[in-house]
Amino acid sequence: MAELRVLRQKIRTVKSTQKITRAYELIATSRIPKAQARMAAAKPYADEITNVLSALAGASTLDHPLVVPREQPKRAGVLVVTSDKGMCGGYNSNVIKAAEELQSLLREQGKTPVLYVIGRKGLNYYNFRRREVAGSWTGFSEIPHYTDAASTGESLVEAFMRGADDEGTNPGADGILGVDELHIVYTEYKSMLTQAPVAVQVAPMQVEYTEEPDRLTPSYSFEPDAETLFRELLPKYVNTRLFSALLQSAASELASRQRAMKAATDNANDLIRSYSLQANQARQAQITQEISEIVGGANALAAAGSDE
Amino acid sequence: MAEMSVQLVAVERRLWSGTASLVVAQTTEGEIGIMAGHEPVLGQLVEGGVVKIVTTDGETVIAAVHGGFLSVTGDGVSVLAESAELADEIDVAAARAELDKGDEDERARAAARLRAAGQTV
Repeated sequence: MAELRVLRQKIRTVKSTQKITRAYELIATSRIPKAQARMAAAKPYADEITNVLSALAGASTLDHPLVVPREQPKRAGVLVVTSDKGMCGGYNSNVIKAAEELQSLLREQGKTPVLYVIGRKGLNYYNFRRREVAGSWTGFSEIPHYTDAASTGESLVEAFMRGADDEGTNPGADGILGVDELHIVYTEYKSMLTQAPVAVQVAPMQVEYTEEPDRLTPSYSFEPDAETLFRELLPKYVNTRLFSALLQSAASELASRQRAMKAATDNANDLIRSYSLQANQARQAQITQEISEIVGGANALAAAGSDE
Repeated sequence: MAEMSVQLVAVERRLWSGTASLVVAQTTEGEIGIMAGHEPVLGQLVEGGVVKIVTTDGETVIAAVHGGFLSVTGDGVSVLAESAELADEIDVAAARAELDKGDEDERARAAARLRAAGQTV
Protein backbone atom coordinates (compact mmCIF):
# COMPACT_ATOMS: atom_id res chain seq x y z
CA MET A 1 0.00 0.00 0.00
CA ALA A 2 2.75 2.39 1.05
CA GLU A 3 4.83 1.53 -2.01
CA LEU A 4 2.01 2.43 -4.38
CA ARG A 5 1.58 5.85 -2.75
CA VAL A 6 5.33 6.55 -2.97
CA LEU A 7 5.42 5.61 -6.64
CA ARG A 8 2.44 7.85 -7.47
CA GLN A 9 4.14 10.70 -5.63
CA LYS A 10 7.32 10.15 -7.68
CA ILE A 11 5.37 10.20 -10.93
CA ARG A 12 3.76 13.52 -9.96
CA THR A 13 7.17 15.02 -9.11
CA VAL A 14 8.77 13.93 -12.36
CA LYS A 15 5.79 15.25 -14.33
CA SER A 16 6.07 18.70 -12.79
CA THR A 17 9.84 18.79 -13.42
CA GLN A 18 9.17 17.74 -16.97
CA LYS A 19 6.81 20.67 -17.43
CA ILE A 20 9.65 23.03 -16.51
CA THR A 21 12.25 21.38 -18.72
CA ARG A 22 9.84 21.29 -21.63
CA ALA A 23 9.08 24.99 -21.20
CA TYR A 24 12.81 25.79 -21.20
CA GLU A 25 13.29 23.65 -24.27
CA LEU A 26 10.51 25.41 -26.18
CA ILE A 27 11.75 28.86 -25.18
CA ALA A 28 15.31 28.04 -26.26
CA THR A 29 14.09 26.56 -29.55
CA SER A 30 12.08 29.68 -30.34
CA ARG A 31 15.00 32.01 -29.54
CA ILE A 32 17.67 30.24 -31.57
CA PRO A 33 16.53 31.61 -34.96
CA LYS A 34 16.56 35.13 -33.48
CA ALA A 35 20.10 34.66 -32.20
CA GLN A 36 21.15 33.35 -35.60
CA ALA A 37 19.52 36.32 -37.31
CA ARG A 38 21.41 38.69 -35.01
CA MET A 39 24.67 36.98 -35.92
CA ALA A 40 23.85 37.36 -39.60
CA ALA A 41 22.84 41.00 -39.12
CA ALA A 42 26.14 41.86 -37.46
CA LYS A 43 28.14 40.31 -40.28
CA PRO A 44 28.08 43.14 -42.87
CA TYR A 45 29.60 45.58 -40.39
CA ALA A 46 32.29 43.13 -39.30
CA ASP A 47 33.19 42.41 -42.92
CA GLU A 48 33.30 46.07 -43.85
CA ILE A 49 35.41 47.12 -40.88
CA THR A 50 37.87 44.33 -41.69
CA ASN A 51 38.10 45.59 -45.28
CA VAL A 52 38.62 49.15 -44.15
CA LEU A 53 41.24 48.11 -41.63
CA SER A 54 43.23 46.10 -44.17
CA ALA A 55 43.15 49.07 -46.52
CA LEU A 56 44.41 51.30 -43.70
CA ALA A 57 47.06 48.84 -42.58
CA GLY A 58 48.68 49.13 -45.97
CA ALA A 59 48.85 52.91 -45.73
CA SER A 60 49.89 53.54 -42.13
CA THR A 61 53.04 52.61 -40.26
CA LEU A 62 51.32 50.09 -37.95
CA ASP A 63 53.00 51.28 -34.78
CA HIS A 64 49.87 51.39 -32.64
CA PRO A 65 50.25 49.54 -29.29
CA LEU A 66 47.35 47.27 -30.24
CA VAL A 67 49.29 45.73 -33.12
CA VAL A 68 52.85 45.71 -31.77
CA PRO A 69 53.68 42.65 -29.62
CA ARG A 70 55.31 43.70 -26.33
CA GLU A 71 58.77 42.55 -25.37
CA GLN A 72 58.50 40.29 -22.34
CA PRO A 73 54.73 40.17 -21.82
CA LYS A 74 54.12 39.59 -18.09
CA ARG A 75 50.39 39.76 -17.56
CA ALA A 76 47.77 38.36 -19.90
CA GLY A 77 44.10 39.32 -19.68
CA VAL A 78 41.67 36.45 -20.24
CA LEU A 79 38.02 37.26 -20.87
CA VAL A 80 35.74 34.28 -20.25
CA VAL A 81 32.27 34.46 -21.80
CA THR A 82 29.75 32.40 -19.83
CA SER A 83 25.97 32.52 -19.41
CA ASP A 84 23.85 34.21 -16.76
CA LYS A 85 21.48 31.28 -16.34
CA GLY A 86 22.17 27.61 -16.01
CA MET A 87 20.09 24.74 -17.41
CA CYS A 88 22.31 24.55 -20.45
CA GLY A 89 24.20 21.30 -20.04
CA GLY A 90 27.96 21.46 -20.32
CA TYR A 91 28.02 24.92 -21.91
CA ASN A 92 29.58 26.79 -18.98
CA SER A 93 31.83 24.02 -17.75
CA ASN A 94 33.23 23.54 -21.27
CA VAL A 95 34.11 27.18 -21.69
CA ILE A 96 35.55 27.40 -18.17
CA LYS A 97 37.63 24.29 -18.86
CA ALA A 98 38.99 25.89 -22.03
CA ALA A 99 39.79 29.03 -20.03
CA GLU A 100 41.66 26.99 -17.41
CA GLU A 101 43.70 25.32 -20.14
CA LEU A 102 44.59 28.69 -21.62
CA GLN A 103 45.59 30.00 -18.20
CA SER A 104 47.89 27.10 -17.47
CA LEU A 105 49.43 27.55 -20.92
CA LEU A 106 50.01 31.23 -20.15
CA ARG A 107 51.56 30.35 -16.79
CA GLU A 108 53.94 27.96 -18.55
CA GLN A 109 54.98 30.84 -20.75
CA GLY A 110 55.75 32.86 -17.63
CA LYS A 111 52.74 35.16 -17.83
CA THR A 112 50.30 35.89 -15.04
CA PRO A 113 46.70 35.44 -16.20
CA VAL A 114 44.29 38.21 -15.22
CA LEU A 115 40.66 37.13 -15.26
CA TYR A 116 37.77 39.07 -16.74
CA VAL A 117 34.38 37.39 -16.70
CA ILE A 118 31.09 37.88 -18.55
CA GLY A 119 28.04 36.07 -17.16
CA ARG A 120 26.89 35.18 -13.66
CA LYS A 121 27.75 31.49 -13.92
CA GLY A 122 31.41 32.15 -14.61
CA LEU A 123 31.56 34.82 -11.92
CA ASN A 124 30.05 32.43 -9.35
CA TYR A 125 32.54 29.75 -10.34
CA TYR A 126 35.55 31.98 -9.71
CA ASN A 127 34.13 33.70 -6.64
CA PHE A 128 33.36 30.32 -5.07
CA ARG A 129 36.98 29.28 -5.58
CA ARG A 130 38.19 32.63 -4.26
CA ARG A 131 39.97 33.44 -7.49
CA GLU A 132 40.61 37.08 -8.14
CA VAL A 133 38.46 38.53 -10.93
CA ALA A 134 39.73 41.81 -12.35
CA GLY A 135 36.45 42.77 -13.99
CA SER A 136 33.03 41.29 -14.59
CA TRP A 137 29.93 42.12 -16.60
CA THR A 138 26.60 40.36 -16.20
CA GLY A 139 23.01 40.54 -17.32
CA PHE A 140 23.26 40.36 -21.11
CA SER A 141 24.46 36.86 -21.94
CA GLU A 142 21.31 35.84 -23.78
CA ILE A 143 20.70 39.02 -25.77
CA PRO A 144 23.96 40.96 -26.00
CA HIS A 145 23.81 44.45 -27.49
CA TYR A 146 26.66 46.32 -29.05
CA THR A 147 26.73 48.78 -26.16
CA ASP A 148 27.53 45.85 -23.82
CA ALA A 149 30.39 44.76 -26.05
CA ALA A 150 31.59 48.35 -26.32
CA SER A 151 31.68 48.96 -22.56
CA THR A 152 33.50 45.66 -21.98
CA GLY A 153 35.86 46.40 -24.86
CA GLU A 154 36.65 49.87 -23.59
CA SER A 155 37.71 48.64 -20.15
CA LEU A 156 39.78 45.85 -21.68
CA VAL A 157 41.53 48.13 -24.14
CA GLU A 158 42.16 50.61 -21.32
CA ALA A 159 43.74 47.86 -19.19
CA PHE A 160 45.82 46.87 -22.18
CA MET A 161 47.00 50.45 -22.78
CA ARG A 162 47.86 50.85 -19.10
CA GLY A 163 49.99 47.73 -19.34
CA ALA A 164 52.32 49.45 -21.80
CA ASP A 165 54.54 51.06 -19.16
CA ASP A 166 54.57 48.19 -16.64
CA GLU A 167 57.89 46.69 -15.81
CA GLY A 168 57.50 43.32 -14.12
CA THR A 169 55.43 43.89 -11.00
CA ASN A 170 56.17 47.58 -11.04
CA PRO A 171 53.03 49.32 -12.28
CA GLY A 172 54.96 52.01 -14.15
CA ALA A 173 54.20 55.68 -14.53
CA ASP A 174 50.40 55.52 -14.26
CA GLY A 175 50.47 53.48 -11.04
CA ILE A 176 48.09 50.84 -12.35
CA LEU A 177 48.98 47.33 -13.39
CA GLY A 178 47.60 46.68 -16.82
CA VAL A 179 47.85 43.67 -19.09
CA ASP A 180 50.20 42.96 -22.00
CA GLU A 181 47.96 40.60 -23.90
CA LEU A 182 44.21 40.10 -24.29
CA HIS A 183 42.54 36.78 -24.96
CA ILE A 184 38.86 35.90 -25.25
CA VAL A 185 37.51 32.45 -24.47
CA TYR A 186 34.03 31.98 -25.86
CA THR A 187 31.89 29.29 -27.46
CA GLU A 188 31.96 29.28 -31.21
CA TYR A 189 28.62 28.58 -32.84
CA LYS A 190 29.22 26.30 -35.78
CA SER A 191 25.72 24.92 -36.23
CA MET A 192 22.68 23.87 -34.24
CA LEU A 193 24.49 20.67 -33.31
CA THR A 194 28.10 21.76 -32.88
CA GLN A 195 29.42 24.45 -30.62
CA ALA A 196 32.99 24.42 -29.40
CA PRO A 197 34.83 26.60 -26.91
CA VAL A 198 37.64 28.56 -28.54
CA ALA A 199 40.34 30.91 -27.29
CA VAL A 200 41.47 33.76 -29.48
CA GLN A 201 44.00 36.51 -28.93
CA VAL A 202 42.60 39.96 -29.67
CA ALA A 203 45.52 42.12 -28.62
CA PRO A 204 48.17 42.61 -29.72
CA MET A 205 46.60 41.77 -33.05
CA GLN A 206 48.42 39.43 -35.30
CA VAL A 207 49.10 41.17 -38.55
CA GLU A 208 49.10 38.95 -41.57
CA TYR A 209 51.20 40.00 -44.48
CA THR A 210 50.15 38.61 -47.80
CA GLU A 211 52.95 38.01 -50.27
CA GLU A 212 51.11 38.96 -53.40
CA PRO A 213 48.40 41.59 -53.46
CA ASP A 214 45.38 39.71 -54.83
CA ARG A 215 44.28 42.77 -56.74
CA LEU A 216 45.43 46.30 -57.18
CA THR A 217 44.50 48.03 -53.93
CA PRO A 218 43.13 51.49 -54.60
CA SER A 219 45.19 54.35 -53.25
CA TYR A 220 42.87 55.91 -50.73
CA SER A 221 42.83 59.45 -49.58
CA PHE A 222 42.23 59.72 -45.85
CA GLU A 223 40.19 62.15 -43.81
CA PRO A 224 41.75 62.73 -41.27
CA ASP A 225 45.19 61.24 -41.92
CA ALA A 226 45.80 57.50 -41.91
CA GLU A 227 47.47 57.40 -38.47
CA THR A 228 44.58 59.14 -36.71
CA LEU A 229 42.05 56.93 -38.47
CA PHE A 230 43.97 53.80 -37.59
CA ARG A 231 44.08 54.85 -33.94
CA GLU A 232 40.32 55.47 -33.92
CA LEU A 233 39.43 52.32 -35.78
CA LEU A 234 41.46 49.74 -33.86
CA PRO A 235 39.52 49.92 -30.57
CA LYS A 236 36.29 49.74 -32.56
CA TYR A 237 37.63 46.67 -34.30
CA VAL A 238 38.32 45.06 -30.91
CA ASN A 239 34.72 45.87 -29.91
CA THR A 240 33.46 44.28 -33.11
CA ARG A 241 35.42 41.10 -32.43
CA LEU A 242 34.06 41.07 -28.90
CA PHE A 243 30.51 41.64 -30.10
CA SER A 244 30.76 38.77 -32.53
CA ALA A 245 32.09 36.54 -29.71
CA LEU A 246 29.14 37.57 -27.52
CA LEU A 247 26.60 36.86 -30.27
CA GLN A 248 28.10 33.45 -30.98
CA SER A 249 28.14 32.62 -27.28
CA ALA A 250 24.50 33.64 -26.94
CA ALA A 251 23.47 31.40 -29.82
CA SER A 252 25.57 28.56 -28.42
CA GLU A 253 24.04 28.99 -24.99
CA LEU A 254 20.54 28.68 -26.44
CA ALA A 255 21.44 25.71 -28.60
CA SER A 256 23.02 23.90 -25.70
CA ARG A 257 20.10 24.71 -23.42
CA GLN A 258 17.72 23.41 -26.05
CA ARG A 259 19.68 20.16 -26.28
CA ALA A 260 20.08 19.73 -22.53
CA MET A 261 16.42 20.41 -21.86
CA LYS A 262 15.31 18.05 -24.62
CA ALA A 263 17.43 15.32 -23.04
CA ALA A 264 15.94 16.11 -19.63
CA THR A 265 12.39 15.97 -20.99
CA ASP A 266 13.10 12.63 -22.67
CA ASN A 267 14.63 11.26 -19.48
CA ALA A 268 11.57 12.37 -17.56
CA ASN A 269 9.40 10.45 -20.03
CA ASP A 270 11.44 7.29 -19.46
CA LEU A 271 11.21 7.71 -15.69
CA ILE A 272 7.46 8.24 -15.83
CA ARG A 273 7.07 5.12 -17.93
CA SER A 274 9.09 2.91 -15.60
CA TYR A 275 7.43 4.32 -12.47
CA SER A 276 3.98 3.79 -14.00
CA LEU A 277 4.88 0.20 -14.78
CA GLN A 278 6.01 -0.36 -11.19
CA ALA A 279 2.95 1.41 -9.84
CA ASN A 280 0.62 -0.75 -11.96
CA GLN A 281 2.39 -3.90 -10.85
CA ALA A 282 2.09 -2.83 -7.25
CA ARG A 283 -1.60 -2.05 -7.76
CA GLN A 284 -2.26 -5.45 -9.37
CA ALA A 285 -0.29 -7.25 -6.68
CA GLN A 286 -2.41 -5.45 -4.10
CA ILE A 287 -5.67 -6.42 -5.83
CA THR A 288 -4.51 -10.02 -6.20
CA GLN A 289 -3.63 -10.13 -2.57
CA GLU A 290 -7.00 -8.65 -1.57
CA ILE A 291 -8.87 -11.22 -3.69
CA SER A 292 -6.88 -14.12 -2.28
CA GLU A 293 -7.50 -12.79 1.21
CA ILE A 294 -11.26 -12.59 0.53
CA VAL A 295 -11.36 -16.02 -1.08
CA GLY A 296 -9.27 -17.42 1.72
CA GLY A 297 -11.57 -15.82 4.29
CA ALA A 298 -14.71 -17.07 2.52
CA ASN A 299 -13.28 -20.57 2.28
CA ALA A 300 -12.40 -20.50 5.92
CA LEU A 301 -15.93 -19.33 6.79
CA ALA A 302 -17.48 -21.97 4.51
CA ALA A 303 -15.30 -24.67 6.07
CA ALA A 304 -16.28 -23.51 9.54
CA GLY A 305 -20.03 -23.48 8.49
CA SER A 306 -19.98 -27.05 7.00
CA ASP A 307 -18.51 -28.38 10.18
CA GLU A 308 -21.54 -27.32 12.21
CA MET B 1 22.71 58.95 -64.55
CA ALA B 2 25.78 57.29 -63.14
CA GLU B 3 25.02 55.16 -60.14
CA MET B 4 26.98 53.46 -57.39
CA SER B 5 26.11 50.84 -54.82
CA VAL B 6 25.72 52.17 -51.30
CA GLN B 7 25.54 50.33 -48.00
CA LEU B 8 24.58 51.89 -44.72
CA VAL B 9 25.46 49.39 -41.98
CA ALA B 10 25.22 49.69 -38.22
CA VAL B 11 26.82 47.16 -35.90
CA GLU B 12 23.64 45.26 -35.21
CA ARG B 13 21.98 45.46 -38.61
CA ARG B 14 22.14 46.66 -42.19
CA LEU B 15 19.99 49.78 -42.40
CA TRP B 16 19.90 50.38 -46.08
CA SER B 17 21.56 49.18 -49.22
CA GLY B 18 20.94 49.92 -52.83
CA THR B 19 22.07 52.12 -55.67
CA ALA B 20 22.40 55.85 -55.29
CA SER B 21 23.60 58.84 -57.22
CA LEU B 22 24.78 61.00 -54.31
CA VAL B 23 25.91 60.50 -50.73
CA VAL B 24 26.49 63.45 -48.41
CA ALA B 25 28.21 63.06 -45.05
CA GLN B 26 30.29 65.07 -42.60
CA THR B 27 33.77 63.79 -41.83
CA THR B 28 35.91 65.31 -39.12
CA GLU B 29 37.52 67.42 -41.84
CA GLY B 30 34.29 68.80 -43.24
CA GLU B 31 31.31 67.96 -45.40
CA ILE B 32 31.88 65.57 -48.24
CA GLY B 33 29.64 64.80 -51.19
CA ILE B 34 30.24 61.63 -53.14
CA MET B 35 29.01 60.79 -56.61
CA ALA B 36 29.80 57.81 -58.78
CA GLY B 37 33.44 57.64 -59.82
CA HIS B 38 34.73 59.43 -56.72
CA GLU B 39 38.32 58.70 -55.75
CA PRO B 40 38.74 56.11 -52.96
CA VAL B 41 38.35 57.76 -49.56
CA LEU B 42 38.39 56.57 -45.98
CA GLY B 43 36.95 59.07 -43.57
CA GLN B 44 35.95 59.29 -39.96
CA LEU B 45 32.48 60.77 -39.56
CA VAL B 46 31.71 63.34 -36.89
CA GLU B 47 29.96 62.22 -33.71
CA GLY B 48 26.26 62.78 -34.12
CA GLY B 49 26.37 63.30 -37.86
CA VAL B 50 23.70 63.10 -40.52
CA VAL B 51 24.15 61.10 -43.71
CA LYS B 52 22.04 61.83 -46.76
CA ILE B 53 21.68 59.40 -49.64
CA VAL B 54 19.94 60.32 -52.90
CA THR B 55 18.84 57.09 -54.54
CA THR B 56 18.72 56.49 -58.26
CA ASP B 57 14.91 56.73 -58.05
CA GLY B 58 15.32 60.28 -56.81
CA GLU B 59 14.26 59.48 -53.26
CA THR B 60 16.24 60.77 -50.33
CA VAL B 61 17.29 58.54 -47.43
CA ILE B 62 18.42 60.38 -44.34
CA ALA B 63 19.97 58.77 -41.27
CA ALA B 64 21.48 59.91 -38.00
CA VAL B 65 24.86 58.23 -37.67
CA HIS B 66 26.95 58.01 -34.50
CA GLY B 67 30.57 56.98 -34.32
CA GLY B 68 30.93 56.10 -37.95
CA PHE B 69 33.32 55.67 -40.80
CA LEU B 70 32.93 56.23 -44.49
CA SER B 71 34.66 54.10 -47.06
CA VAL B 72 34.56 54.86 -50.77
CA THR B 73 36.05 52.30 -53.11
CA GLY B 74 35.78 51.59 -56.79
CA ASP B 75 32.92 49.21 -55.99
CA GLY B 76 30.79 51.63 -54.06
CA VAL B 77 30.28 53.46 -50.82
CA SER B 78 29.87 51.99 -47.35
CA VAL B 79 28.92 53.93 -44.28
CA LEU B 80 29.81 52.10 -41.05
CA ALA B 81 28.24 53.26 -37.82
CA GLU B 82 28.30 52.09 -34.23
CA SER B 83 24.66 53.02 -34.15
CA ALA B 84 22.43 54.62 -36.75
CA GLU B 85 18.79 55.39 -37.25
CA LEU B 86 16.83 56.13 -40.41
CA ALA B 87 14.89 59.38 -40.34
CA ASP B 88 11.47 57.70 -40.34
CA GLU B 89 12.41 55.52 -37.32
CA ILE B 90 13.36 58.44 -35.13
CA ASP B 91 11.18 59.23 -32.15
CA VAL B 92 11.20 63.02 -32.26
CA ALA B 93 9.63 63.50 -28.82
CA ALA B 94 12.15 61.20 -27.17
CA ALA B 95 15.04 62.92 -28.92
CA ARG B 96 13.75 66.33 -27.78
CA ALA B 97 13.54 65.09 -24.20
CA GLU B 98 17.11 63.78 -24.38
CA LEU B 99 18.29 67.06 -25.85
CA ASP B 100 17.14 68.83 -22.69
CA LYS B 101 18.54 66.61 -20.00
CA GLY B 102 21.18 64.20 -21.36
CA ASP B 103 24.93 64.68 -20.90
CA GLU B 104 27.02 66.23 -23.65
CA ASP B 105 27.40 63.04 -25.67
CA GLU B 106 23.70 62.22 -25.47
CA ARG B 107 22.79 65.78 -26.43
CA ALA B 108 24.96 65.59 -29.56
CA ARG B 109 23.28 62.32 -30.53
CA ALA B 110 19.83 63.71 -29.86
CA ALA B 111 20.63 66.79 -31.94
CA ALA B 112 21.75 64.60 -34.84
CA ARG B 113 18.58 62.54 -34.62
CA LEU B 114 16.45 65.67 -34.68
CA ARG B 115 18.34 67.07 -37.65
CA ALA B 116 17.97 63.76 -39.49
CA ALA B 117 14.24 63.81 -38.76
CA GLY B 118 14.04 67.22 -40.39
CA GLN B 119 13.51 69.22 -37.20
CA THR B 120 15.34 72.38 -36.38
CA VAL B 121 17.46 72.22 -33.26
